[in-house]
Amino acid sequence: MMRYRNNAAAVRALVREDSVHRDVYVNREIFELEMEQLWRNTWIYVGHDSQVPTAGDYYTTDIARQPVIMLRDSDAKVRVLMNRCAHKGARLVSAQAGRCDGELLRCPYHGWTYRLNGSIRTIPLKSGYEGTGLAQTEAAKGVVSLPNVVNYRGFVFVRLSPDGPDFHDYFGDSLTSIDNMVDRAPDGRLEVAGGVLRYMHDSNWKMFIENLNDTMHPMVAHESAAGTAKKLWAGKPDDVPKPMAIEQFLPFVNGYEFFDKMGVRIYENGHSYTGVKFSIHSNYSAVGEYEAKMEEAYGAERARAILGEVRHNTIYYPSLTIKGAIQAIRVARPIAPDRTLIESWTFRLAGAPERLLQRTVMYTRLINAPTSVVGHDDRHCYRAIQDGLATDGNEWVSLLRNYSPQERERIAGDYNGTSEVSMRGQFRAWARFMTAGMADGEPP
Amino acid sequence: MSKALIDEAALMRFVYDEARLIDEKRFDEWFELFTDDGYYWMPLTRGQPDGDNHTSLFYEDKLLLRVRIERLKSPRSFSQHQPSFCQHVLQQPAVESADPQQNSWVLRTPFLYLESQIDAQFMLAGVSRLHLARVDGRLRIRLKKVELLNCDAALPSIQLFP
Repeated sequence: MMRYRNNAAAVRALVREDSVHRDVYVNREIFELEMEQLWRNTWIYVGHDSQVPTAGDYYTTDIARQPVIMLRDSDAKVRVLMNRCAHKGARLVSAQAGRCDGELLRCPYHGWTYRLNGSIRTIPLKSGYEGTGLAQTEAAKGVVSLPNVVNYRGFVFVRLSPDGPDFHDYFGDSLTSIDNMVDRAPDGRLEVAGGVLRYMHDSNWKMFIENLNDTMHPMVAHESAAGTAKKLWAGKPDDVPKPMAIEQFLPFVNGYEFFDKMGVRIYENGHSYTGVKFSIHSNYSAVGEYEAKMEEAYGAERARAILGEVRHNTIYYPSLTIKGAIQAIRVARPIAPDRTLIESWTFRLAGAPERLLQRTVMYTRLINAPTSVVGHDDRHCYRAIQDGLATDGNEWVSLLRNYSPQERERIAGDYNGTSEVSMRGQFRAWARFMTAGMADGEPP
Repeated sequence: MSKALIDEAALMRFVYDEARLIDEKRFDEWFELFTDDGYYWMPLTRGQPDGDNHTSLFYEDKLLLRVRIERLKSPRSFSQHQPSFCQHVLQQPAVESADPQQNSWVLRTPFLYLESQIDAQFMLAGVSRLHLARVDGRLRIRLKKVELLNCDAALPSIQLFP
């Protein structure tokens, strides 16, 4: 039954100020509309430009379930092409990453070749198209090169829809989290390093995104993991240095006060970050020489300001979450209403000691891997929601914690860290971008 | 320390017993098989040189293994309220190297591994290498390195020990 297509009123009715209807997580039609509307009208993270350092390098991924190629063009520009031959539609590139021979893309089926900007270079036995009017067809345009691509300090985003918000208007000052992450490199540059963890979740993508700034869950969901680490370390004398793994686990079972006081900052369009004042990453041991290198690069005062900003998770709604303080990111790739691939990438800070790469590599393994004892309980809880929402009797998911009617006027601002305001902000954006350009229809 | 040869049958028995301890969820006994500086390592990529500068699926010293094993006993391990079970199916181990002078033996064992949780079951294939040493007259694991066939796949939760 089609309830939501061409019915903006019905879609909007799923989002109340303090709650959302379960259909936003479980309904297949809503999921399809998310891919057609929300994930096309907003700016989606594709990849990092260090994955394609020289002309002809490419990296492939899916955006809103459409295969795309991110590549470095001959003019050094990063482009995003639809991964589809202009002829019969074959996916042009099948490897996850690689290099185009002779700076050309060549279809494996009939050998049409394309320049890195997507235009056709050669068609075998081209005489077969003489007098056919090829030039007037879609095929003659070559591979679709997406016009709305922005490379922001190495982070490459795309907006699939020709219309929609400007990149800087869309992200606004939330981009300061990316700034801080990049500025943490003495050489002012990040490089993808340490591999990518690919963790398949059997739940809706929004459960993951919401969870990133849900600070009421760690002490509950992760008690068995971080609480066990804490117990095993308890009683060790203070002068025994904590192993890095213990330093990384322990803050997950900090109390409510800690998470409340860390604060959350909300931006328009669903973006937010926790850790306005401090975060779970604040008390990691200093890494020798790093601070000195930062001071050398930026001067003492600026270096202190950069390193003093220790944000927890920043959500670039709807696809990307970053931890600038430890140079790690997670990317959500929705597959179905109850299926989401989460990728975890780590970065090297150019010019910084390798110990910092080792720190992020350890963190992402301990917390984000398919083998992570923290990840296991998160994934379990997301699936528990997916299952629980099948029940009748209450069709609404509560997002009421610390709600204030003042949010109606303006939601951007600073709040206490345990508020559910980040989720309310996400759904406000969700309703807007889901219904952009959609016929109004009848309210349900 | 005795430089006596350890016979191949004893090495093989060790490999089978090690897998059996995991499959029977006798994790405390399994933990004791590791030397104090032992590691359990499952690389994320093929030919991965180390576990420090590149992410792994597992790269656990005894402290981290202890956390994992103790967590499994916790009543608040929510992802294990419906417990997981696992089964190793081992090919015959091969002695890849035996160097009693260096107190070092390496056993290579191709395997299938199944992990199930009520209706969900997945299978992994790979090659496991046990790097063994004799400590106080008994064989111990200095390194268990598990190379998965599909280490680069999008994986579900792996909650026990392949």
